[in-house]
Amino acid sequence: MDEYTLKIEHLSSGFFTERGYVPAVDDVSLTIGKGQVVGVVGESGCGKSMIARSVMGLLKYPGRITGGSIALAGRELTGLTDRQLQPIRGRDMAMIFQEPMTSLNPVVPVGRQMREALLLHEDMSRAAAREEVIRMLSHVGISEPEKRYNAYPHELSGGLRQRVMIAMAMICKPKLLIADEPTTALDVTIEAQILRLIRDLSRETGMSVLLISHNLGVIAQMCDKVYVMYAGRIVEQADALTLFDRCAHPYTRGLMDSVIRLDASPRRLPAIGGVVPNLLRLPAGCAFAPRCPHAGEKCRAERPELDQIGPGHWCRCFEGRRS
Amino acid sequence: MAEQILLEARGLVKEFPAKGRRKVHAVSDVDLTIRAGETLALVGESGCGKSTLGRTLIGLIPPTAGTVTFQGVDLTALSQRELAPYRRQMQLIFQDPYASLDPRMTVRDIVAEPLVTYGVCPDRAATTQRVRELLDAVGIPEEFLYRYPHQFSGGQRQRIGIARAIALRPRLIVCDEPVSALDVSVQSQILNLLKDLQERFALTYLFISHDLSVVRFMADRVAVMFLGRLCEIGGGADVYAHPLHPYTRFLLEAIPRADPRLRDDSRAILQGEIPSPIDPPAGCRFHTRCPYATDRCRTETPALRPLEDRLVACHRAEEL
Repeated sequence: MDEYTLKIEHLSSGFFTERGYVPAVDDVSLTIGKGQVVGVVGESGCGKSMIARSVMGLLKYPGRITGGSIALAGRELTGLTDRQLQPIRGRDMAMIFQEPMTSLNPVVPVGRQMREALLLHEDMSRAAAREEVIRMLSHVGISEPEKRYNAYPHELSGGLRQRVMIAMAMICKPKLLIADEPTTALDVTIEAQILRLIRDLSRETGMSVLLISHNLGVIAQMCDKVYVMYAGRIVEQADALTLFDRCAHPYTRGLMDSVIRLDASPRRLPAIGGVVPNLLRLPAGCAFAPRCPHAGEKCRAERPELDQIGPGHWCRCFEGRRS
Repeated sequence: MAEQILLEARGLVKEFPAKGRRKVHAVSDVDLTIRAGETLALVGESGCGKSTLGRTLIGLIPPTAGTVTFQGVDLTALSQRELAPYRRQMQLIFQDPYASLDPRMTVRDIVAEPLVTYGVCPDRAATTQRVRELLDAVGIPEEFLYRYPHQFSGGQRQRIGIARAIALRPRLIVCDEPVSALDVSVQSQILNLLKDLQERFALTYLFISHDLSVVRFMADRVAVMFLGRLCEIGGGADVYAHPLHPYTRFLLEAIPRADPRLRDDSRAILQGEIPSPIDPPAGCRFHTRCPYATDRCRTETPALRPLEDRLVACHRAEEL
């Protein structure tokens, strides 16, 4: 048995488009221990959702994994056919999305959808499966689960749909839950409920969680370890306390600075100037150099490696060691 | 300096018809004043009626009842024709920079449209010159004048929408979730721009948002809304430091703090969902989710009343 629930090594995946290869994920390595909650943070287009889809085997043409390995509890997933992945998806790993309506079937009552998912992977009677579904709905905090069992997705509020999707993902007790922006579409009071639910479930069952988010608040509240992504690559990784106490990469610094403080009224917000680079035309050196306040000649000419700068703390920056 | 009132709503109600003779109570009995030059933020969760209130205040939606007074003139008593000169003084910035710009128009034509409609410039050349100045004010380079919306990023499109909104030199701009669709780093740029423009053109903002952090940065005063009614109005720093309404307190508590040391699993979380505005709870509309609700809260609607340095609509605000 491998010590890691998920071990990604040198993963590259991207899109083969008419205009060329788009390297959405470039040489990413990432590990998640049992019961650990690990975050990937970055802005739109940084490749964080591509990692999730690569792990789940959900890349659609023209997207493809081009290198590296993905091991789930010691079992290699790259190279498996869709048919071979099918029994693993849902049972050993499950995914929840920002918009629950994209993963719920609108014409089937939610309870039946969950029962089907359960019967696909477990050998049990329909009546027992129904019981288990109702128990799970109640477990994720849905009141009147017998009544909700027969409800269609559109009859539920956004928060309830999100709970149903989590219940469905949890029904086969997966080793790994991938949550891609699970609360971005929710109101702040509902967000707090859902985040607490995910963390409680992980603690109770020892389930590992890969949490993908653009929100540093959500990351800080949830994660044991954090990976920061920019333009397809990991630029910094550390345990949550280290990252929030002394981040080293200028991009991470920029993200931290743009978090608005609730106890102060500055006249202006610090902002990262410029825009995210086009992945088809990445600069020769560090991808962040055009926006970086500290960039020098070397940064524009050479690509920095991900270097260890402290215990469990890695940073991809020529200047990073100093800060 | 006496604070001049720019806009004032009294007893404002907006109801929409729903299935089976029922009504959606989007805005119920709202009293609100906006002072010249300030940023008043309207916060609340989705479906609380904040966008409907914003649009009703500037005459885009006729109210079911109540009055809106702008610079001393009762707008609700005017015909569409009489409203026109006031309309140009009140503009709107939308949330979705992808849906709010016509994809078939060039940037020049998008920003020029209000100038042409109101006949602001004597000829085409003068209009184009004015568009150049507006684009410069929002940080869009002049050479992009004849490009189309799809050639711009979300942040740049939002800048174009802002240029269009300030084209007629309005007094009041309703900003409806202007940065919700943007990445954090771009969000800061747009918020800074809005503050700069406010100073430069003496603008008044009604800033509608569900994002409490953004509101903290932008607002001079904050109005908290729940299910069609206002719960609390006060100075931004005061409300955040010391909320008086239980709903405000839960909202602020729920913000995920960007500090792993501030994890607190025992922190009280607001339970339940937002009730339907078709059949809102009697009495205080928040009572179904409020842990402090009493029989009085379930039957008697609390009025928005002065307490300490602000207005609050809660029977138990003093004791809590």
